Amino acid sequence: MNISCDKATAICDKSQYGEVTFRDRLKLSLHLFLCKKCGLYSKQNGVISKCLKKHKEFKKSMKCCLSEDEKTAMEVTLKDKNLN
Amino acid sequence: MNQEKIHTLNPDKWVSQHADYLFNYTITRINDHDLAKDLVQDTFLAALKAMNNFQGKASERTWLIAILKRKIIDYYRKINSAKGKAEVKMNFYSDGEREGEWIEERVPTTWNNETDKNLENEELNIVLEKCINNLPEKYAMVFRMKTIQDFETDEICKELEITASNLWVIIHRARTQLRKCMEDNWFKN
Repeated sequence: MNISCDKATAICDKSQYGEVTFRDRLKLSLHLFLCKKCGLYSKQNGVISKCLKKHKEFKKSMKCCLSEDEKTAMEVTLKDKNLN
Repeated sequence: MNQEKIHTLNPDKWVSQHADYLFNYTITRINDHDLAKDLVQDTFLAALKAMNNFQGKASERTWLIAILKRKIIDYYRKINSAKGKAEVKMNFYSDGEREGEWIEERVPTTWNNETDKNLENEELNIVLEKCINNLPEKYAMVFRMKTIQDFETDEICKELEITASNLWVIIHRARTQLRKCMEDNWFKN
């Protein structure tokens, strides 16, 4: 039996993380065979995943941390509270 | 039998010894520098108040992380209950005869510049970041943890105290909205 577009795209989203059951994958394939809109969604979802993979590398390359000033300020606040 | 090692607390050294670690822990979950900083500070302050409860069974850092974890769940609960603000846009009819079908204006349309070169473009990262930031906060948080930080599903569910099906609904809504945003701001330009 065919599933709704909402359900099909939900499975498609989950499949981007490789966590879809065999049964759900079959349901999705059948739906994609019948529905052009979701077919396009599925294709574009793959492109988005590719972009996100690049984005992940980009984010990793710009690791941020607390500045010395921020840590000093934190220390002051902490000392303040500790005394009271 | 070995005597259990008793750990001690030394608040004067908390910032120098643990602030970076706690901050990195937080920033992978909450992608906002100032917010993450505030949560770390709140954690130290809460820890000061709770020092009498410290039994010395866990290390100082483990104990601080446990407090931070609660702070993060509290934060998630807070953004989860914030109603009306940046509500997620529906992509499918949620009831009636057409339940589960695409809402017309949200149907995917063909992209005209989905070339490999276009995907290499540095600016893409900026647009993508904007689109993720456009998501309601709780969607952005779960989506980032799963997609950008590569957390396991179980781990996220445990940390945020949500179910797996809850997580996948959030991922689904985030991705359908993200697709539309990328279509409007990148692939159609």
